[in-house]
Amino acid sequence: MKWAEEIPREEWVRIDQVIHKYRERHGSLIPVLKEVQDICGYLPKKVQHRIAQGLHLPSSQVYGVVSFYTFFTTTPRGKYIIRVCLGTACYVKGSKQILDNLQRELKVGVGGITSDRKFSLEGVRCLGACGLAPVLVIGQETYGMVTPGKAIEIVRSYP
Amino acid sequence: MKTYRTHLMVCAGTGCVSCGSLNLKDHLESELKNRGLSDEVKVVITGCNGFCAEGPIMVVYPEGIFYKKLTPEDVPFLVEEHFLKGRPVEKFLYTGPAVKEKVPLLKDIPFFQHQVLRALRNRGLIDAENIDEYIARDGYAALSKVLSSMTPEEVIHEVKISGLRGRGGAGFPTGLKWEEGRRYDAFPKYIICNGDEGDPGAFMDRSVLEADPHSVLEGMTIGGYALDAHQGHIYVRAEYPLAIHRLNIAIEQAKNYGLLGKDIFGSGFDFDISIYPGAGAFVCGESTALMYSLEGKRGMPRIKPPRSTEAGLWGQPTVLNNVETFANVPAILLNGGEWFASLGTGGSKGTKVFALTGTVSNVGLIEVPMGTTLRTIVYDIGGGIPEKREFKAVQIGGPSGACLPTSLLDIEVDFDSLDEAGAMMGSGGLVVMNDSTCMVDTARFFTDFSVDESCGKCVPCRVGMKVMLNILNRIVEGKGEMEDIERLKRLGQHIKETSHCGLGKTAPNPVLSTIRYFRNEYEAHIQDKQCPALVCVDLIQFRVNPEKCKMCGLCKKACPMEAITWEKKTPADINIEKCIRCRSCIQACKFGAIE
Ligand SMILES: Cc1cc2nc3c(=O)[nH]c(=O)nc-3n(C[C@H](O)[C@H](O)[C@H](O)COP(=O)(O)O)c2cc1C
Ligand code: FES
Repeated sequence: MKWAEEIPREEWVRIDQVIHKYRERHGSLIPVLKEVQDICGYLPKKVQHRIAQGLHLPSSQVYGVVSFYTFFTTTPRGKYIIRVCLGTACYVKGSKQILDNLQRELKVGVGGITSDRKFSLEGVRCLGACGLAPVLVIGQETYGMVTPGKAIEIVRSYP
Repeated sequence: MKTYRTHLMVCAGTGCVSCGSLNLKDHLESELKNRGLSDEVKVVITGCNGFCAEGPIMVVYPEGIFYKKLTPEDVPFLVEEHFLKGRPVEKFLYTGPAVKEKVPLLKDIPFFQHQVLRALRNRGLIDAENIDEYIARDGYAALSKVLSSMTPEEVIHEVKISGLRGRGGAGFPTGLKWEEGRRYDAFPKYIICNGDEGDPGAFMDRSVLEADPHSVLEGMTIGGYALDAHQGHIYVRAEYPLAIHRLNIAIEQAKNYGLLGKDIFGSGFDFDISIYPGAGAFVCGESTALMYSLEGKRGMPRIKPPRSTEAGLWGQPTVLNNVETFANVPAILLNGGEWFASLGTGGSKGTKVFALTGTVSNVGLIEVPMGTTLRTIVYDIGGGIPEKREFKAVQIGGPSGACLPTSLLDIEVDFDSLDEAGAMMGSGGLVVMNDSTCMVDTARFFTDFSVDESCGKCVPCRVGMKVMLNILNRIVEGKGEMEDIERLKRLGQHIKETSHCGLGKTAPNPVLSTIRYFRNEYEAHIQDKQCPALVCVDLIQFRVNPEKCKMCGLCKKACPMEAITWEKKTPADINIEKCIRCRSCIQACKFGAIE
């Protein structure tokens, strides 16, 4: 499968703006990476190089940080990111099964992206909504007290 | 300020928001307007009320009437009955799990009765996005008192008298830490608030930040004054966007009021606070790792000494405390250290906020005096175990904590008693587990977490935890040996003794505690190749026991693979060829007929 790794010209421009904005600031790598990931959706190698050059850091340091934090990804993500909570409270209430069912429904592994690039499926640690366990988040929307069956219904309801 | 006859406090904590409380608020406002009540009844959005299980929640003041699970469709009826005709609507009132009587007032609901609110003193009473409401509840009075009439030494002395210990996990005495931080005469110094809250199953700090951000800002500013620091940072998990949003608003408002920034209260003291969202790494909750992360590096803990109070952020003296620790500070300075110390046990003063979750009736956020027993928390406040299940364990302290069994239900929860039991206060997540939870699998779950989250710097933690995980995986797959139990114990002990930071030093706790209290489950997995709780799929046969089967057909309905055959009046049967071992039938069966 080949994902077009092209970054459009206008995204490069915005990336450079972010770099410029933070250039003089101490310890700004993480905020820069965040903003850039918001622009491109992910952080491919060439973007990491650009940031390294712009902030006068070794590329290895940029890659080191990108690979350390779970928030950053070097692969493209789907239009909707499905995050199934695997924190303790959710796990105890059966979130593992929700994740298994979604994998089967979407035919995609954890951390993967569906072939139509519509969904990415992720397992995450505690979303801090344990009162609603088990919890499922799609994009910005939080769904609480989800059952394995309901999870599939929710996902199917996305256009 | 305009006065209203009635205030409707609608909870907008994360729990209630995802049950639709913001929508509810809009409906309430428009209905009140239609009925011409807008000038008499005011709708206020508050932070987490605590009783997340019953959301969306609304409390009516001045009476204190508690409404639960409201939907937009209920609004017209509710407004007509209660706010026009003055008759509280019974069907939306709370009923306990045991007694069927309606409990109209919040203060009479058992969930709230055993609680003492200090860190959460403004819970459900103020709009977090409005500084005036915080000030109306004595907000910033402590800061004013401190800046106008106390020396930094007196502030530190008062915190020492209070006996406040850090709420971030390890319980280090806050007064001592501040005294240390003050000793180093350097410029600049930093003060950091740890809002990383990485323990899965914990959401206390989130609620404090969302419901009462000013209490944290005030606490930090007081800390700044005591330490002679002029810059504060708040490190918040990226997963908490609402907390970040509210903090930004709070900082902005405090600056406009001259409560933050230059020359606070005209005292000549300057203090500023900035917010820094994390990027998702559990280990960044550790103090030195957090500081590296703030510097834009990989968050890897370093060896102490030097302590951060001597050389922390950017090599400068830095004091780092937890969100709840800071939230307690203003109340201590306002009411005195003695007042704070009047609650609690010998070594642990004051109260502690817990996130009570798992298989317990009343899931939510609670604050109780130190020394409250687990039994009170689980049964009186939590309302016990639902669905006629049995209590099995309560997990406390997250991945560094332990699973405590029934025999320890009467333990008085404080820093020292938990330590003795092989557990840890951690940040305050309490996950209740019933008899359908497998303790070996739970231990495996936490070990998997620690392996994932280890920063990889030191060998005991990076390799040792991985070996423990392999052994546990073997056991849950039915390939364990009896010697494995001793191996786990020995290895766990080594890892605890030789790891570099707090993560490795505590990561074996879940395994060691389950071996200590639930050894029989390990033995069942290893010797009998059975999982008593029917969780470990490799040890389940997926067979219907015809003697237990009540022929109800629920399992057939639940099966996503149509692997179950069932006719009325005959026991069900599972076709093993088609079965994908998803456990749907086990969860569906009310009679435990599948083994
Ligand atoms: C692996 C690890 C994770 C931690 N996570 C947190 C956390 O999420 N929140 C927190 O306040 N403290 C956390 N701590 C504890 C901090 O290192 C530190 O002790 C604490 O924030 C100090 O504040 P306090 O004295 O107010 O408790 C963690 C420690 C370790 C070793
Ligand atoms: S454990 Fe899932 S939200 Fe906390």
